[in-house]
Amino acid sequence: MWLIRIAWRNFQYRALSSLLTTLSLTLGVALVVLVLAVVGIVSEAFSRNAQVGYNLVVGPKGSALQLTLNSVYYLSQPIENLPFTEYMEFFDKDTRAKMVRTYGGDPALGERAGKYSAHTNGGFAIPLALGDYLGEYRVVGTTPQFFEDLRYGPELTEPFSFREGRALKSYTEENSFFEAVLGFRVAKTMNLKVGDTFNSTHGDPEGMGHGQGFVVVGVMEPTGTPNDRVALVNLEGFYLLEKHAKPLNGDEVIAPATEGIVDAKGFKQITIPEREVTSILIRSGNPMLGVVLQNTINESLRAQAAAPAGEITKLMDAFIGPVLTALLVITLITCVVAAVGVLVAIYNSMNDRRRDIAVMRALGARRDSVTAIILAESLLIAVIGAVAGWLLAHGTIWLASGVIEQQVGIQVGIFSVSEYETWVFPLVIMLALFAGFLPAMSAYRTNVATNLSA
Amino acid sequence: MPNPYSDGSGGEVLQITNLIMRYDQPGGGSLTVLDIPEFSIGTGEQLAMVGQSGGGKTTLLHLIAGLLAPTSGSIKLAGVELSTLSEQGRDRCRAANVGYVFQTFNLLPAFTALENVQLGMAFGQRPVDTARAKDLLDRVGLSDRMTYKPRQLSVGQQQRVAIARALAGKPKLLLADEPTANVDPASADSVLDLIINSCRDEDIALLMVTHAMEVTERFSRVDRLDEINRVLLATQSEN
Repeated sequence: MWLIRIAWRNFQYRALSSLLTTLSLTLGVALVVLVLAVVGIVSEAFSRNAQVGYNLVVGPKGSALQLTLNSVYYLSQPIENLPFTEYMEFFDKDTRAKMVRTYGGDPALGERAGKYSAHTNGGFAIPLALGDYLGEYRVVGTTPQFFEDLRYGPELTEPFSFREGRALKSYTEENSFFEAVLGFRVAKTMNLKVGDTFNSTHGDPEGMGHGQGFVVVGVMEPTGTPNDRVALVNLEGFYLLEKHAKPLNGDEVIAPATEGIVDAKGFKQITIPEREVTSILIRSGNPMLGVVLQNTINESLRAQAAAPAGEITKLMDAFIGPVLTALLVITLITCVVAAVGVLVAIYNSMNDRRRDIAVMRALGARRDSVTAIILAESLLIAVIGAVAGWLLAHGTIWLASGVIEQQVGIQVGIFSVSEYETWVFPLVIMLALFAGFLPAMSAYRTNVATNLSA
Repeated sequence: MPNPYSDGSGGEVLQITNLIMRYDQPGGGSLTVLDIPEFSIGTGEQLAMVGQSGGGKTTLLHLIAGLLAPTSGSIKLAGVELSTLSEQGRDRCRAANVGYVFQTFNLLPAFTALENVQLGMAFGQRPVDTARAKDLLDRVGLSDRMTYKPRQLSVGQQQRVAIARALAGKPKLLLADEPTANVDPASADSVLDLIINSCRDEDIALLMVTHAMEVTERFSRVDRLDEINRVLLATQSEN
């Protein structure tokens, strides 16, 4: 107990030097804990975002990662489009026939079941059409099914709920085909609310604005998923915007729609040959057979199927993981530098305290006692630095928790501890022991007779 | 608790026989600084040792305290032969049996007066007795300075704290290395009184090294180092 007390007194006696070395260690530990927290938050955000309630994303042939990025995260540019008939392959004969009657198209399409329909029986296939922007945010055309079938959250049990309004519908008397639902960040940033109208821009954020606007009918609650950053519009309305319908070349067989809707302004659904989708979100009826469906689609000529979870894991492993690791290594080096600072500070003070050590030896202190006092001093700096650094980091995280929750939807408390954080404390103690070793050895070797006489 | 580093006989607290201390010389060879055939101090005895500067007085004190190991010979401290002990054993023996008052006080600047006195007990086998530390400070007239750091004390006060520290561990032998050399004459008397009276009160043997003849007047036994150290005897006869 007296050894600790002596070490503490020495710490107090060289207050400025002790505080500065402790501060450098505090900042080093805080950096490591913060980086670990960032790693945790980024990993959690990625894995949470990969938990999307569907097991496959289907799009045109190309990069599976690009397909995942633009369809799951609404990032990067879409590869190309798929004909609507690819989407129809996920439906049974009756549904396909109804699509032909509703939109108009080749009657032969309704005379057979889609070739993947057996796999999606009990699951779903939700179309996405990308290409427009609202400010910096993606405008994505989809169907009401997006809100009916998709779930989010750790257990994938939470349906989308609305801060205000409701889900979009395929057609209403009031808004025709032009209803939109905004993610909460889009609504907040763009200052839009239910009842407002917006006009998307074509191709990129700076692109030409479409003449036809969409009416906001709902604003979603925060989900912590990329859906907070998207404006979802009715796919039928999306098709009706300028340059969104695929030009016909005249060779198409089109039976006119018999069950289609024409609104008061004369807008009506476009025909199947004019329709394209950017991607299709698929949940297979039997998730265990998702790989079979993925392989089947990948063997086809036009489409590819990507498993988002797998692609995200690859992305993490290939790019984000190494960057985060590099960041972590750099911050660990900061800790090592701080530990070297502890070494230098204590070692430099050894000249001043050789007489003190000699006096303690004369009072009966053993060599290992004075060695232990120096190590205890180094450990004190480490413990105070580690605790202060941990508190500083978690205080910062706590202060930023509101922003973090807003940005990525992850709730972090002041005592949220990352998996690897428990290693920081023993690591700092080890570093302190190493830092204290050299001065401690110097104390051990102090010549008592010489220093008492000095 | 019995003292493992004392034979408890109550006879001589220090017995030195055929003590030789040599230092290796940088250029080769060695320099003999002490050659003492016989020297002893009885329990509770008070002795002043005089000798010129550089005569080996401090080296003798370091040998008695076990801070240095002799080249040859025997030092029995409280009945324990120091040469049979490891360095750690000598440390323990010192903590149990020796109090040390230095010429330059050597108080630890980071600690208060009370803590400095407590340090006198911190490295021994017995637990630190705070009540005794306070009592000792009271006896040296510093009961109102217990929380003061050494730099806040006068030179005389610092030496009194050093005396209290040396007495704290209830040693059998107090070694005082020119304790009045750095204090003014008025304080020197009170410092001497304090050391001599405290040792008498607690039945502690006292070996005070000095080169001040006025100090020796206070002692009934005064030994001259040049009379017991054959190295100095030889030097004198050469002269």
